[in-house]
Amino acid sequence: MTMVKIQIDGKQYEVKQGKNLLEAGLTLGIDIPHFCYHPAMGSVGACRLCAVKKFRDADDKQGRIVMSCLEPVTEGMIIETRDDTSKDFRASVVEGLMTNHPHDCPVCDEGGECHLQDMTVMTGHNYRHFDFKKRTHNNQYLGPFIAHEMNRCIQCYRCVRFYRDYAGGKDLNVFSSHNHVYFGRHEEGTLESEFSGNLVEVCPTGVFTDKTFHKHFTRKWDLSNAPSVCTGCSVGCNIIVSERYGSLRRVMNRYNGAVNGYFICDRGRFGYEFVNDEKRIRTIKIRHKKNDNQEEAENETLISLLKTELSKDKRIIGIGSPRASIESNFALSTLVGKENFYHGISKKEHLLTDTILNFMKQSSIRTPSLKQMEKADAVLVLGEDLVNTAPMVALALRQSTRNKSFETAEKNGIPSWNDAPLRELAQDEKSPLFVITSFKDSLDEIAENSIRESYDGIANLGFAMAGLLDTKAPSPSNLNKEHQNLAEKIATILKNAKNPLIVSGVHSGDERMVQAALNMAKALSSVNKNCMLSMVLPESNSMGLAMMPGKSLDDLASLEEIDTLVVLENDLYRRASEKSVNALFEKSKKVIVLDHLINKTTQRADLLLPAATFVEAEGTLVSHEGRAQRFYKALPDKEPVMESWRWIGEMIQAKEQKQEATWKRFDDLVASLTHELPVFDGLEKHMPDADFRMLNEKVPRQTLRYSGRTSMNAKVAVSETRITLDEDSPLTFSMEGQSEMPPSSLTPFYWTPGWNSVQALYGYLDEPNGSMKGGDPGIRLIEPAENDNTEYFKEMSSTSENHERELQIVPVYQIFGSEELSTKSPALAKRIKDPFIYLNPEDAKAVGVDDDELVHLEIDDNKLEIKVKIENSLPKGVVGMAKNFPEMPFVMLPGYGRFKKINS
Amino acid sequence: MFSILQTIWLTFLHLFHKAETVQYPEEKPYLAPRYRGRIVLTRDSDMNERCVACNLCAAACPVDCISLQATEDESGRRYAEFFRINFSRCIFCGFCEEACPTYAIQLIPDTEMGEYDRQNLVYEKEHLLISGQGKYHNYNFYKQAGVDMGVKGKGEGEMEEKPIDVKSLMP
Ligand code: SF4
Ligand code: SF4
Ligand code: SF4
Ligand code: SF4
Ligand code: FES
Repeated sequence: MTMVKIQIDGKQYEVKQGKNLLEAGLTLGIDIPHFCYHPAMGSVGACRLCAVKKFRDADDKQGRIVMSCLEPVTEGMIIETRDDTSKDFRASVVEGLMTNHPHDCPVCDEGGECHLQDMTVMTGHNYRHFDFKKRTHNNQYLGPFIAHEMNRCIQCYRCVRFYRDYAGGKDLNVFSSHNHVYFGRHEEGTLESEFSGNLVEVCPTGVFTDKTFHKHFTRKWDLSNAPSVCTGCSVGCNIIVSERYGSLRRVMNRYNGAVNGYFICDRGRFGYEFVNDEKRIRTIKIRHKKNDNQEEAENETLISLLKTELSKDKRIIGIGSPRASIESNFALSTLVGKENFYHGISKKEHLLTDTILNFMKQSSIRTPSLKQMEKADAVLVLGEDLVNTAPMVALALRQSTRNKSFETAEKNGIPSWNDAPLRELAQDEKSPLFVITSFKDSLDEIAENSIRESYDGIANLGFAMAGLLDTKAPSPSNLNKEHQNLAEKIATILKNAKNPLIVSGVHSGDERMVQAALNMAKALSSVNKNCMLSMVLPESNSMGLAMMPGKSLDDLASLEEIDTLVVLENDLYRRASEKSVNALFEKSKKVIVLDHLINKTTQRADLLLPAATFVEAEGTLVSHEGRAQRFYKALPDKEPVMESWRWIGEMIQAKEQKQEATWKRFDDLVASLTHELPVFDGLEKHMPDADFRMLNEKVPRQTLRYSGRTSMNAKVAVSETRITLDEDSPLTFSMEGQSEMPPSSLTPFYWTPGWNSVQALYGYLDEPNGSMKGGDPGIRLIEPAENDNTEYFKEMSSTSENHERELQIVPVYQIFGSEELSTKSPALAKRIKDPFIYLNPEDAKAVGVDDDELVHLEIDDNKLEIKVKIENSLPKGVVGMAKNFPEMPFVMLPGYGRFKKINS
Repeated sequence: MFSILQTIWLTFLHLFHKAETVQYPEEKPYLAPRYRGRIVLTRDSDMNERCVACNLCAAACPVDCISLQATEDESGRRYAEFFRINFSRCIFCGFCEEACPTYAIQLIPDTEMGEYDRQNLVYEKEHLLISGQGKYHNYNFYKQAGVDMGVKGKGEGEMEEKPIDVKSLMP
């Protein structure tokens, strides 16, 4: 990277060439006010706040005002940010914006973390000279997530630039002209984008605020925060979780330059409310005799029961969970022994995840971070409906299609941050993206080709492309002409790309498809060393679980009898057929379940233990990239709720009749984990342990402004209680400690002097949109092998021939509805559609049903009544069915089923 | 030596001054209206709670003895769900009153708050609320603010134009 020397306010600096002055200034820690520039979206020069003075040379005494966000840095540049003219200019920009700004701060949810407040203070505007009336706007209802208060708008255009340009949303726009401009929908209604929640952080004012947060609103300075990791899907976005008065108040984005950057999806942001659910399991429940009711019980009763139920002569089986941390799963595996540890996922999921993990370990292909995906210049999506299964991957791919326009722009001398001319020049020019799926996909609109095929068709195409790239790869013979041409086109483009990327995953549930994707990646890497492969997994810790030895849920069927069955944070009824799960419980003499929310599995428990959720515990999750990331407690323990690993520690203690605790602290558990399973070595080596200190102090969860300490508990007892100690992490439930620049993985909130809003983040980054200072959080556990040891999968024959009279049913995942815990969050639940099946118009006609009508569906042993949605994009003979929806029985998909119209 | 004698002399002269001590509690000293004593929460001219639960008083409080939680009624009017002052911690600095953007929280010239049990010094909203406007009259925050929280409609505030019709093409 070439550096240039520039002078700002009389001081010499070296900055990276190709940046604009605003970016350079913010990198250097110089506070230049701005509104419309956003690091992830570049500059447009709309707000005129970033004015600074530029001098021609050392002799130029007058200088001229320039917009720093539109000014490329050049060698020898002389800049003043503090001279009177530019200061006055900036103050008058804010004054102008303030003429219409309402007197709302006390009741504005942005107050205290408002970029407009910060900029007003920073520019020094403090007296209103304008004596006339303010223009006002009506607001719109924008759905359960986002509140709208248009009076507060300062017309920076960040919202529409994010919503439309960056995230591809359609239903937010700017209307009207001059000082009437209005940012909203064409009519009231729910914002449709899966990324709408980011408006809360992108908008520098209180126009768009978090509705779920409003219900229990707390000022930013009053929140007690912890760095955390989203449990919504396998991407592992970093989040900040915040507590006040013992309840979880909100989720905000936590920056990770390699993963989610500035944004998260709406499942991650609004799916947190289940933590506060009134129906949470908060007490120990015991069923003393079969068929009795579960009754609340004391810890002593439990311990004595555990001693008998877990005694050494008993056959104890443990079922882990892909939504529980590595540590909790490992604890369970220690309790029951490796040979009795089951992963708690179906045989098929187990097999597919294993196949992928082995491939990742043995191949020399890199699994990219989201940031690297954004840099891909040719992408193939094979069979994954990404916006619903790994939303942020879809957002990253959206950005990847812009790479070509960056190239064109560079040739024309337009830097990549100069957003408006860049988009103007690019028009529809896009890097190639190919989407091969069974039904419509949100990426279709930016894809060069969208191909709709049955699963067999998709796999065939994958195998064919592999065969074209490498003659050693098996290839199907029966491809039609059209597909042959397509396969050739895509293979050639990927082969010639600089950084080609293949994205697929296990959500199809189709082995052939996964093998086709892996073969393709292998074949591509034989001709293009830079190729990347990303395989999306079902849940937040699917990868971590796969890295641990264990069998699948179906393998339990062969066991005759189980003395004690321990189920860890897992609703088995979502994983296998009702019949098989019932059978499992019937052959288990005692069932111990640890979970947060009541579900069908917890109802079968003889001993039900209240397990802490991810915001009440610490633990590590491994994302589909293979990145291990730790989450920390935001809520202190509320007895008797405990972390699952602690419960299991007590079980081990009871089993072995020991006096001392199995693991006193979380670190003890991590130590035995890394000792047993060296793949996790990095956790002990590279993650700060509980003894980590900064200048001898812990990292405070609370801000220096944290209020109400001597009053919040005074109703119960007037004398202040001691703070809850946290022995398991280097964080403390207090405002005291070293809050200045903790390591990136421990940063609980962002604040720098003068910057109270989320833009305080500038101070934590090596450069805007760069990495966190000292490196991004998380440790990659799986790196590409030096020598590729993988083999091509033989092409399996397809299974569809045996099912002539039935239709193939493939799963349709939904961002709102298909993930278990988030569906228990009231706001998000409002966005869940009724269970549905997608039918192709022809198939619908054959069955004789219309849109929104009910049909009878027979699949495996299930008989369902379900609503039909006519979906033109489906190929004939393929049916899509909502997968993993609440209240829907488990159905193994893809499968084959029969339909009958319901005669009313 | 001289200064010691002078001091003794001055002290002696005080014997003949009028006594400053009042016979409290039979006799009460005059406390000016701006005296910083017991804290109250006041109401606006429509007799609605003035406090909009903005948390500024709590943030300003140097001993952190104010805690509250915001909530809203059916019409969206925001107010404090609970509002607590721990007077056993309060130092009567008046910062809260200064921070309050709505004139809701006011310090009044009442100092008689002695208690045998410290717990009784924890005041909840029902103990703090008075049924009057206190020192500052005729201020209603919701009439000044731009929000429509059930008190006034959009554009009905004192210094507000009618809301824009976005679909109009007029300048
Ligand atoms: S947007 Fe900011 S400045 Fe405007 S009312 Fe809200 S907090 Fe105050
Ligand atoms: S709504 Fe917010 S982001 Fe959009 S233009 Fe207005 S101030 Fe900017
Ligand atoms: S993409 Fe996945 S991990 Fe990221 S915020 Fe959304 S649900 Fe959470
Ligand atoms: S500062 Fe005033 S309006 Fe705000 S919370 Fe305190 S009393 Fe209520
Ligand atoms: S940030 Fe430069 S004009 Fe808005």
